[in-house]
Amino acid sequence: MTSFEQHFEDKINNEVNIEPRDWMPDDYRKTNIRQISQHAHSEIVGMLPEGNWITRAPSLRRKAILLAKVQDEAGHGLYLYSAAETLGITRDEMIEQLHTGKAKYSSIFNYPTTSWADMGAIGWLVDGAAIMNQVALCRTSYGPYARAMVRICKEESFHQRQGFEILLSLVRGNATQKKMAQDALNRWWWPSLMMFGPNDDNSPHSAQSLHWRIKRFSNDELRQKFVDAATEQAKVLGLAIPDPALKWNEERGHYDFGEIDWEEFWNVVKGNGPCNKERLDTRRKAWEDGEWVREAAMAYVEKRKNRSQKAA
Amino acid sequence: MEGNPNNEIPNTKMKNALLNYTLSLADNASVMSHRLGEWCGHGPVLEQDIALTNISLDDIGQARSLYQYAAEQLNNMPTTEKTNLFSDMMLNAKIAAGENLDEDDLAYLRDAWDYRSLLLVEQPNKDWAYTIARSFYYDAFMQLFYKGLQNSKDDRLKGIAEKSLKEVTYHLRWSSEWIIRLGDGTDESHQKIQTAINDLWMYTGEMFKMTDTDKAMAVAGIGVDLAGLHKDWLNNIKNIFTQATLQLPTDIWMQDGGKEGHHSEHLGYILADMQFLQRTYPGLDW
Repeated sequence: MTSFEQHFEDKINNEVNIEPRDWMPDDYRKTNIRQISQHAHSEIVGMLPEGNWITRAPSLRRKAILLAKVQDEAGHGLYLYSAAETLGITRDEMIEQLHTGKAKYSSIFNYPTTSWADMGAIGWLVDGAAIMNQVALCRTSYGPYARAMVRICKEESFHQRQGFEILLSLVRGNATQKKMAQDALNRWWWPSLMMFGPNDDNSPHSAQSLHWRIKRFSNDELRQKFVDAATEQAKVLGLAIPDPALKWNEERGHYDFGEIDWEEFWNVVKGNGPCNKERLDTRRKAWEDGEWVREAAMAYVEKRKNRSQKAA
Repeated sequence: MEGNPNNEIPNTKMKNALLNYTLSLADNASVMSHRLGEWCGHGPVLEQDIALTNISLDDIGQARSLYQYAAEQLNNMPTTEKTNLFSDMMLNAKIAAGENLDEDDLAYLRDAWDYRSLLLVEQPNKDWAYTIARSFYYDAFMQLFYKGLQNSKDDRLKGIAEKSLKEVTYHLRWSSEWIIRLGDGTDESHQKIQTAINDLWMYTGEMFKMTDTDKAMAVAGIGVDLAGLHKDWLNNIKNIFTQATLQLPTDIWMQDGGKEGHHSEHLGYILADMQFLQRTYPGLDW
């Protein structure tokens, strides 16, 4: 081990953050770029399923909250792209990787939002699952990522509450509204559990990431935490979680739950989810339609620079 | 001020004028926020996506304050005075049942013919150039309008104007900067924004057209003399267009009617989208 490597390992072991100027192994850099950019892309693609309901939100108050929420996601994308840029990649390069399919984003956003209740289910379950991951990431070893996560977590807990509150209004409403809420839970429950990734013995990057303290908990540990919390919350809502195997296990002090359909999981990862193509096409279109706008903004800055140089 | 308008205009007529006036401002803000909200997630660059949403949120905030005020006015009217104000069956049923109305009833339960918004704000986003041009014309107008409305004798409108002026001043700075950037950017952006400002020019005249409601409110010292804003508006527009190397559109026929409920085909689709849940599952809390 070189002295650089030793120094790096010491920092990791002593819980000292790694900062952009510190020496780091190539794979540590690559893993962080992969994870942070994937996280940023998830925020940006994640704007689409909820954006789908902004114009149809059922009240002005709900519309304002939803707009603010989706805007927060854009903000999270920005922090995260900036954090990844400190590792020597540009935002444009990352976006290019998203558009070519080289970089991934969270598969959950490849499911359609077909009813208003989905805004509730996404806030409660999807943001809830994301928080489990993100709270842990506030102590991740790469400094800029950890600091971005602290800001993001504060906003995510507001998102989760607003989602839960949407569902609460629905279950307190009439039978149709309650049916709408249950239907959303039925569709979002399993994809939410899949958000934690493959089982630990099947997760290719996990061991190294845990060693480097990029990850702080394993996929299965976080998934269990989520199931335990969400099951209690579902009781408050009076909604049934669509898993016949879900049962409190006294011995473990946790809920047991059924097997995830891993075939569906890998299928959606590979691009066969209901909205994979649509989501990427939408992102690409926004980017291509905006090209002349970005070019104009750059050209204008250049022109001004030249003019002020001439004047000086 | 000539004479005492309250003695010249019957009380009911005055109340209806204030209601129409408030609704027309609310409708503008709501339709504008709706259009800008359509961009959310589709902007040309992340920072601008966020900026558009900010503006959309400000507009929703204005719409809500104004609809709330309009609802209060309605709730204070005797039932007989408000039975024939609107054409919507759901809304009229609520009124007939003596129910109190709220902001959402007014936004979600009026069809296009009862909407009092400008033709300009309902025009489609099309592309970044049209969106910027639409915002610029509207922001430049609203900035002058809210400045004037700060002197309203109606305390509620005065309060809303004071708060909104700060917001719209920022909106105008944002849209002005984009007009300049696009006008003085590339050949392509110059041509696109010139086309957009030309195409939307015909909807700018309506902003200054005084309807009977506008006249009654201006005379009462509640509203703003719209025609009186035109000169300043034009000067401000010209100033930005000059910096942007853009040509002021030539005088053409001005379309109007939105303020009196005669809309383009676009508003119907906005409302179909916006009101879908309220209409499909009526009378529920969300």
